[in-house]
Amino acid sequence: MSRERPRVVIDNSSRGDRVDVEALLADRGTEIIVCCGSGGVGKTTTSAALALRAAEQGRTVCVLTIDPARRLAQSMGLTELDNTPRPVAGVEGAGSLDAMMLDMKRTFDEVVERHASPEKAQQILQNPFYIALSSSFAGTQEYMAMEKLGQLHAEKQYDLIVVDTPPSRSALDFLDAPERLSSLLDGRFLKLLLMPAKGPARLLSAGLGLVTGALNKVLGAQFLTDLQTFIAAFDTLFGGFRQRAEATFSLLQADETKFVVVAAPEPAAMREASYFVERLAGERMPLAGLVVNRVHSDADDGITTAGAEAASAQLRQRSDADADIAADLLAVRADRLAVSGREDHQRRSFATAHPSVPTVAVPALAADVHDLDGLRQIGDLLVGTP
Amino acid sequence: MTGKGGTGKTTVAAALAMSLAGRGRRVLLCEVEGRQGIAQLFDVPPLPYAERKIAVGPNGGEVFALAIDPEAALLEYLQMFYRLGRAGKALDRFGIIDFATTIAPGVRDVLLTGKVYEAARRRDKDNRFAYDAVVMDAPPTGRITRFLNVNSELAGLAKVGPIKRQAESIMTMMRAKSTRVHLVTVLEEMPVTETIDGIADLTREKLPVGHVVVNLIRPALISTPTRAALESGAVDAEKIGAALDSVGLPADAAAGLIDGGMAALHREDLETGQRAVLDDSGRPVVELPRLSGGIDLGALYELAGRLEILR
Repeated sequence: MSRERPRVVIDNSSRGDRVDVEALLADRGTEIIVCCGSGGVGKTTTSAALALRAAEQGRTVCVLTIDPARRLAQSMGLTELDNTPRPVAGVEGAGSLDAMMLDMKRTFDEVVERHASPEKAQQILQNPFYIALSSSFAGTQEYMAMEKLGQLHAEKQYDLIVVDTPPSRSALDFLDAPERLSSLLDGRFLKLLLMPAKGPARLLSAGLGLVTGALNKVLGAQFLTDLQTFIAAFDTLFGGFRQRAEATFSLLQADETKFVVVAAPEPAAMREASYFVERLAGERMPLAGLVVNRVHSDADDGITTAGAEAASAQLRQRSDADADIAADLLAVRADRLAVSGREDHQRRSFATAHPSVPTVAVPALAADVHDLDGLRQIGDLLVGTP
Repeated sequence: MTGKGGTGKTTVAAALAMSLAGRGRRVLLCEVEGRQGIAQLFDVPPLPYAERKIAVGPNGGEVFALAIDPEAALLEYLQMFYRLGRAGKALDRFGIIDFATTIAPGVRDVLLTGKVYEAARRRDKDNRFAYDAVVMDAPPTGRITRFLNVNSELAGLAKVGPIKRQAESIMTMMRAKSTRVHLVTVLEEMPVTETIDGIADLTREKLPVGHVVVNLIRPALISTPTRAALESGAVDAEKIGAALDSVGLPADAAAGLIDGGMAALHREDLETGQRAVLDDSGRPVVELPRLSGGIDLGALYELAGRLEILR
């Protein structure tokens, strides 16, 4: 049975510019790619696919994920990702690909060990507040991701680092982390907390007395003492933190960084994508474009949703085996066309609101990506190779 | 209600709230991620930090909605429990409110769960509970256990004092028989894997797991005879072409339609596999259809009807 493959219609041209992914990866000036977007849109897969393609084009690449669900590990067929970049086996060509998953507590510990005297480091590492802060409370990972990104970039072992950010709005914490850290460190609150540990009592003005009184009442004296001990011990490190945080923030704004916003063609994900695009523009962060994953399409043979539905109903009236099969196939087509129609609408709305943002649509694959071949396929789709 | 991003967690949470709001019951639906997902779902302006009636239940109950803002929750908390009117303002001036709600890790989650705790225990002037049920559109599956468990971390950290007592009471409520953590998923591999992992994490922390809600179920479009014919390669493109021609469609579309049918079969098989994984999870499963018209109020009522089993 010979049959001609129908033309697949994912229209990447009519909606403004297409993201030139190949040029982005080939440009040696691109040293960092940050993928952001809401959860469940295939961000981890996109990051891994970009990293693999760049590596197979000859670049020395590291892909960094801070997602706790170990999805990168799943999609790359790796069983163990820890705080050390590990080479990914099976990469073809002259380049190389390492992958690492951020271990929050390990990164935090490393910073302490690197920047504090052994004695002070010990004191910090054993403080109950530190243990909770570094290992179990949410929100710390964004800071640590920035720390690790800055570190990897400074070491210059890789010429491209691809970063996969945590899902949802917390990805914005990722952007905010350096700034927030800086403002905290300059803030009065820190000075206040440090005071009992090192300051004379005369500084305790009436306002401050009110505040520490309130904190004691709410938190309990032991809690506050632990916190103060922790902050005091940490004091020496903070200067370094601030400097590095500021450096990382400017690194994100620099020409060598490119942001890729990832979405799926659904209302919630596209809304988040708009939010990211606007936010990045507001922070003067360089945006490479929008990747819309899992776009559905079907053969372009002139059959419409309504046409397929009507014909399907008509064929069901006959008691004929082939007509029944044709009716089922047309029902499948009608369903697919309805889906792609809705998705098309989402993409057009985005393009209308953000005409200057280059976009690339990646067709939905039948199955989840599990291995390098799957990532290569995604890579091909990203650059638009047939 | 938790679930991986993109599975329709907010929609299912809203439908559950409506389902629980039958027969004069009052239900609070709250969101904690600052996304204003509830407002978008009901097509109303962004929700303030105040409980507003947003819908009525199928038999005359009421659904109230609240977007919990950690900063407002903290000030309210300080005022309510410590009468810290003036000191609360001083805390704000010193950047402490900002610190606590945005920078200090975990505090945000403590405030968000704390507000839910407050709403769930609140009583009206007749000493009846203000709400018969509280539904939280919670953080995604990957973060849910840590989120709900944050007070247990805190209770371990604060050795004495009101914070410790408060944190312990919240954990008692989170682990109570009257609490259920439902997980929303779709029949795809990664969301299903995360759901299974999430159930294990929640169980380990003694958080009560409820139903697995499989959302966005596609209608089965391929009949058994068609499936058999496609699988055995017995579908004749020429005969299908003739059938198409007889209803005014181009006969040469047959090959593309057969390809589409094969792809649909493949998708159904993958879904069957994922369904089996969920059935093995040991949790009761409830399925919700993908509604072709998108989600409007009518659709929410329809989904609410199917969620009655979760009551």
